[in-house]
Amino acid sequence: MRGLRIVLAEDAALLREGLVGILERAGHEVVAAVPDAEALLAHTTHARPDVVVTDIRMPPTHTDEGLRAAIRIRTEQPGIAVMVLSAYVAEAYVPELLDASPEGGVGYLLKDRVGHVREFLDSLDRVAAGETVVDPQVVRQLLVRRRDDGPLAQLTEREREVLALMAEGRTNGSIAAVLVVSEAAVRKHVGNIFAKLPLDPASDRRVSAVLAYLRS
Amino acid sequence: MTRPPDAWTAVRGSPWQFLRSAWPWRSFAYLLTSVPLGIATLLVLAFGLVIGVATLVLVVGAVVLAGLPVIAGALGVLERRRLGLVRQGAPSDVSFRERLRAGRRLPVSWPETGYAVLLAVILWWVDFMVLVFAVTTPVVLLISPLLYDAAGPVELLGWRIDTSGESVLGVAVGVPTLVAAAYLVTLVASAQAGLARMLLDPREEQLAAAVVDLRRSRIELVDAFETERRRIERDLHDGVQQRLVALTMTLGRAELDVAEGAGLELVRQAHEQAEAALDDLRGTVRGIHPRVLADHGLAAAVHEIADRSPVPVSVDIRLDARPPAPVEAAAYFVASEALTNVARHADARQAQVHAWRQDGSLVLTVVDDGVGGADAASGTGLAGLLLRLEALGGELAVSSPRGGPTEVRMEVPCEA
Repeated sequence: MRGLRIVLAEDAALLREGLVGILERAGHEVVAAVPDAEALLAHTTHARPDVVVTDIRMPPTHTDEGLRAAIRIRTEQPGIAVMVLSAYVAEAYVPELLDASPEGGVGYLLKDRVGHVREFLDSLDRVAAGETVVDPQVVRQLLVRRRDDGPLAQLTEREREVLALMAEGRTNGSIAAVLVVSEAAVRKHVGNIFAKLPLDPASDRRVSAVLAYLRS
Repeated sequence: MTRPPDAWTAVRGSPWQFLRSAWPWRSFAYLLTSVPLGIATLLVLAFGLVIGVATLVLVVGAVVLAGLPVIAGALGVLERRRLGLVRQGAPSDVSFRERLRAGRRLPVSWPETGYAVLLAVILWWVDFMVLVFAVTTPVVLLISPLLYDAAGPVELLGWRIDTSGESVLGVAVGVPTLVAAAYLVTLVASAQAGLARMLLDPREEQLAAAVVDLRRSRIELVDAFETERRRIERDLHDGVQQRLVALTMTLGRAELDVAEGAGLELVRQAHEQAEAALDDLRGTVRGIHPRVLADHGLAAAVHEIADRSPVPVSVDIRLDARPPAPVEAAAYFVASEALTNVARHADARQAQVHAWRQDGSLVLTVVDDGVGGADAASGTGLAGLLLRLEALGGELAVSSPRGGPTEVRMEVPCEA
């Protein structure tokens, strides 16, 4: 795969340098590495990268500047994929971020994930390719929360597990391996999920099932 | 009939009882002791003032002058004791030593200083006159026949006793005068004691103000505690935690670059160890003051605990605005501690956390369907949280009958 052109925003210098190191090692080109959201927006407009990687919490207010910038980029320049990094699970962010990019090209990862370099780079490639990637831990938390209400209430425990793994971007084969069941069994669960959830027939059912799940 | 509680009550009661009681004598003693005390106070104050003002140019003078209210304070202590002469159960008071130990924190009491000045300038003098009058008049009248025999005519308050017949009349007048003197002494002593109480007794409002002060300082303490925890959390997060994340990133890169073999195995181990250290650190930080609580409030933070809980937890937190930080932190730690207990002891299938505002309070409940029989006092972390809640004026109740369910309920006042 060819190297991606990336703009990186992270306020902590140590982590910024670490990320630049990882990205360049993987053959990507970091066109700008900046410490705040304002610089991120400026450089993104100017350099038109393939992917933006940004921390959520940055100066000046240290709340969600990075996320606001990410949503703005997704809305104004939908051609640029966005990978958002968060120090913790703040699930309120996820639906907002996904709503801003219904067609994919967006990712939400916990910062810890960056240490697992292969996984991180893989997620980045997938986001650049237009997929939606959400951190497994975030997915798990959303799953816990949405047990009681919404359309997901109709799913069985196993179906929810399968859906959670789908939300992580796994294929049927990979889900089968995780749950230690046959791929045929997974296909059956996926079929049941599609049947039970009110999905938009026009779009990719797999994607919309995941979105329904994440937004419910 | 019960003994009157003070001289003032006695003097207004039955005269016969009053005259037979100890109150006239105690009042007499009160006035009698006032005189030397007043003179001593006068000397000390005058001496202190003169020395103080004279040496004000040197710094010594200021110290001497500043010491005068302390002397007034000591006098106040003594005077409160002396009030016991004219009333039973003198007001409770901190001892002078305690006051000294409290040092500068104890404000100089202007009423005490005022009383010292009054005693030194007027009171002892009045007492002295009253005593002289109250003693000499009846005594002279009663012994007027003897005086007349020995020294001729006696003159007393414009009455000249110059016949022996008149001197007998003097004795007759002397008895009611003695009674009048007893009343006079008691009334003056009561009046002075009243003045002393007014100036020296801690008033109800002062006590109330002290309680308010104490409450506020306790809340400030909890606030300071919370601020300090946040600072420690921030230091850890911005310092060690970021270095560790950077370390895992470097090790992750090394894994890509190092050739397969023993070296790579070591790098992988190092990576795992760094991740473990990071996990430990995150656990510690969470116990101090979780970042997600500071940034996103109670609901987000409790969701995060619920996510980590091995027992399924449903969370329903409805708060329109964020409560004050100490309240929020207290609620968070109650939920955290309660859910830890659920996971450890309750043998529960599920638990629920609810939080809402009710009548200006934040209410948080944690309910599980476990075996019950939990005891709030038995060394759970909840006991430690009680202190924090009390300082905030809050309450914590644990209801856990054998067989369940267990409910932990916290209520903390928080103005909307």
